[in-house]
Amino acid sequence: MVMSQTESAFANAHPTEQDIAVSIRGVSKNYGAVEALKDMSLDFPRGQLTSLLGPSGCGKTTLLKIIAGLLKHDSGEIIVNGKNVTGPGPNRAFVFQDFALLPWATVMRNVAFGLELRGVPRSEREDKAEKYIKGVGLAGFENAYPHELSGGMRQRVGLARALSVDANVLLLDEPFSAVDEQTRRKFQEDLLSLVANEKKTFIFVTHSIEEAVYCSDQIALLLPRPSRVHEMIRPQIDRSKGVDNIPREPEYLDIVDQIWASLRAYVE
Amino acid sequence: MQNRALYLKVLSALLVFGAWEIAGRIPVSYAFPTFLESMAALARMTFDGSIFVAYAETLKPLVVGVAISTFLGIGFGLWIGLSARFDWLFSPIFIVMQAAPLAALIPLLVMAYGIGLTSKVFVVCIMSMPVIVLSTSSAVRNTPASMKEMAKSFLAKDYEILLKIIIPAASPMIFSGLRLGVSAGFIGAILSELKITPTGVGDIISYSRSIADYPSMYAAIFSIIVLAVLFLNLLEKTENYLFKGNDRGYVTD
Ligand SMILES: Nc1ncnc2c1ncn2[C@@H]1O[C@H](COP(=O)(O)OP(=O)(O)O)[C@@H](O)[C@H]1O
Ligand SMILES: [Mg+2]
Repeated sequence: MVMSQTESAFANAHPTEQDIAVSIRGVSKNYGAVEALKDMSLDFPRGQLTSLLGPSGCGKTTLLKIIAGLLKHDSGEIIVNGKNVTGPGPNRAFVFQDFALLPWATVMRNVAFGLELRGVPRSEREDKAEKYIKGVGLAGFENAYPHELSGGMRQRVGLARALSVDANVLLLDEPFSAVDEQTRRKFQEDLLSLVANEKKTFIFVTHSIEEAVYCSDQIALLLPRPSRVHEMIRPQIDRSKGVDNIPREPEYLDIVDQIWASLRAYVE
Repeated sequence: MQNRALYLKVLSALLVFGAWEIAGRIPVSYAFPTFLESMAALARMTFDGSIFVAYAETLKPLVVGVAISTFLGIGFGLWIGLSARFDWLFSPIFIVMQAAPLAALIPLLVMAYGIGLTSKVFVVCIMSMPVIVLSTSSAVRNTPASMKEMAKSFLAKDYEILLKIIIPAASPMIFSGLRLGVSAGFIGAILSELKITPTGVGDIISYSRSIADYPSMYAAIFSIIVLAVLFLNLLEKTENYLFKGNDRGYVTD
């Protein structure tokens, strides 16, 4: 039987026999009377990028913060590297939607802040931070203050800070939503090369269908009230075609359409 | 830029002094000396040393009171800002203190603590502490939540969140509270010398008024204003030194 590319993408949605970095089992979360997450279960394969995609208000940030240990869940379990977690830990690092940089600290101190909190001696942490500042393309801005940087550069600082603590799970909450479109494209490419090179597990929140399909190994499509996983999609886009061509590939367009069809009912 | 700011300061000082001189010459009131007469009186008090003797007396309650208000005020402010229960317990005290008519409290203080240094220190504290406490606590409560969350996600301990996030983020408001508190402290120090026992600069003011030596009276008032301004400038320098970059605005705004 021959499956179309799109069908197989949906059929392969269950990662079998895979190394799971983060697993959430039956997690629920209420804000007072608001049921933000209800009995949600989801697995995040190691070394891959999983997107959480859904309309705003469907609980993406809530789920990400629960995984980060920043919010308490009401029931269920979060398992990271085989261990149940209840609070923040060294194996997870967070990239914030609003950057969350310290305005009184230089780029260097901001990037090294995670290491500073871990008690790494100054010279050592600055060496390490320097490497990641270069890595995200901010060499020469070590002594700049956040207000002197553009939105895109600020988020690079946030990214470098998260990378420098060497956590094996990276949690990114709509990291590119506050940067302009051109910068965003560049960011997406950089993110893909990070996934390829860093051997980390990325959990990436977005509300952009195109971004999710383009960047993800796996997409969890969330729908609101109460939030649940509607579908798991593994796009399996052949990225060798080049960034500029992918948006014109039929397989890419099919998946985007399919997701849009699922979401449409909730957006209208 | 720096030069221009200085230039403007000098210019506005000249304008004020010029207006004072003119008002004194008209004269606005028989009890209002000219600027030059007042400066002459100030020079005389400086050369005969009486102004220094007076300040040695006035600075005692002022320095002690402001120091107590700064440390206790910031401490209480942090505590109130961090703990809802403490806020409930202590905020009303400082709000009442800020609103209380000080003149009415002075007889009570004198009854309780006599006419010595203690009462004067109390007056300075009552004047300066509430604004320090209230601005510190509201600054702490308004720390951007995302910064605290960020620190937590990178495994900050509670004391690190306080030292590395809350205090630096609150420092502009703490310092503006300090500036207001210190100016109020100056008022308190002079008020206590006028209302409790005439000593120091307060004594110069009330004595020279009683003998109608108005230039000396205005010279004393002028000197205390100059001192207050100098002190506030020093405070601003300290702030800029300690929290470089904080005057550059919040990136998340
Ligand atoms: N602190 C909060 N208090 C009350 N309700 C909240 C809070 N945070 C989020 N919510 C609600 O929970 C739901 C999910 O929010 P969120 O996780 O931020 O969604 P998303 O990130 O997908 O836009 C929304 O309906 C939102 O209104
Ligand atoms: Mg969100």
